[in-house]
Amino acid sequence: MKPAPFDYVAPSSIEEACAVLAEAHGGATVLAGGQTLMPLLNLRMSQPFILVDLANIAELKGVTRVDGGIRIGPMTRQCDAIDNKVLAHDLPVLVQALRHVGHHHTRNRGTVGGSIALGEPAAELPAAAVALKATIEVRSVRGTRQVPAAEFYIGPYMTVLEPDELVTGIRFPEWSLGHVTLFCELAQRPGDFALVGLVGALAIDSGKVARAGLAWFAMGPTPMRAKTAEQLLSGQSLAEIDPQAVAESAIADTAPFDDAQASADYRRTVGTRLFARTLREALNVTEAA
Amino acid sequence: MSKHTIELTINGLRHTADVEARVSLSDFLREDAGYTGVHVGCDHGVCGACTVIVDGKAVRSCLMLAVQAHGADITTVEGLAEPGGALHPVQETMAQEYGLQCGFCTPGIVMTMAALTGEGKRPTEEQLIDAMSGHLCRCTGYQGIRRAVRKLVAADTGETVDGGAA
Repeated sequence: MKPAPFDYVAPSSIEEACAVLAEAHGGATVLAGGQTLMPLLNLRMSQPFILVDLANIAELKGVTRVDGGIRIGPMTRQCDAIDNKVLAHDLPVLVQALRHVGHHHTRNRGTVGGSIALGEPAAELPAAAVALKATIEVRSVRGTRQVPAAEFYIGPYMTVLEPDELVTGIRFPEWSLGHVTLFCELAQRPGDFALVGLVGALAIDSGKVARAGLAWFAMGPTPMRAKTAEQLLSGQSLAEIDPQAVAESAIADTAPFDDAQASADYRRTVGTRLFARTLREALNVTEAA
Repeated sequence: MSKHTIELTINGLRHTADVEARVSLSDFLREDAGYTGVHVGCDHGVCGACTVIVDGKAVRSCLMLAVQAHGADITTVEGLAEPGGALHPVQETMAQEYGLQCGFCTPGIVMTMAALTGEGKRPTEEQLIDAMSGHLCRCTGYQGIRRAVRKLVAADTGETVDGGAA
């Protein structure tokens, strides 16, 4: 065995889990799907006193329609979310994003809430939550709060979650049916961390963009909302949209980094081209010669 | 440090054991239950060698704690074929198509294939290849494994496949 010793509890209710987190005074770590936590434990980069396994809390699982939008229980496994009929119908772009999370095997254990709460900057789901204007529902013994996804992430693997708080739901507002879905990602191999990627949606009303939601992943310390491009798109008729101009304005809202895999310049260049191409394909317009 | 009693089914046999919370499922299967066909390559979810089937799904046993497997139904490579009996169709196909050399990664690959193919399942080649991206093989160059994938997909969908070229 590799991890340092810890205690383990598997509470059966949210209240019980919150009580354990409160009593641990920061010494507890939440176990969702474990697909990131287990390596960290094995490498002893994480050494909690107590591990709180959420697997037995039934109310944290499942996808439901609420007030026109969708609520995803954080313990919904990624593989189950991919096969979910409601998601496929109402929010297909999220399913598209989910298919790119990790590998087949990790999606069989990994959870939607685990990925959302971890805040890996190159991950698809946090960016999808930001792009689609999701709200993260957070509970502790002190009460419940609703945090807009755009305010949830504050740095790499850093969120506004306090040590005693638990993500208890992810709520996506309604994106009108027939919305344009946007997803692109470049990775060196399937299942690798993205070098650059973007996820988004355009709600369409009588041929015009009623609402735009766009966010980059692997393009900064957190998911990077492409606010300028969202504003540029809002109100435009579909025929007016200039994909290249939109992509160039979107890339302005990024803060990519150099690492062993790619330089910041490379990420910006490829990101612009990828997004322009994706937008062109989604709107079915041909590239100007 | 807490100890827990777990009950689980491995390859059709009921097991009850007391495990320390920090023991991974892969270490439990190898060291406590004796299923050394579970190969541990990297111990952080990258290589896929430790893949087993938990409640019908292929998962990495190094990324699960043994305590999380309480109540689970687990199949390891030892559970695919009877001792001395005929090989499982996936094993047979891997052998025919030279999908292995040293064999270290093979139990994991075979378990993923076994989870995704067979009775009532109609995987696409794309789905199987995508799942295979979660396995590292340092010997074969993957071409034999690809051929095995193609053959298994064809067998499940009732299509014929020309015998071999990669």
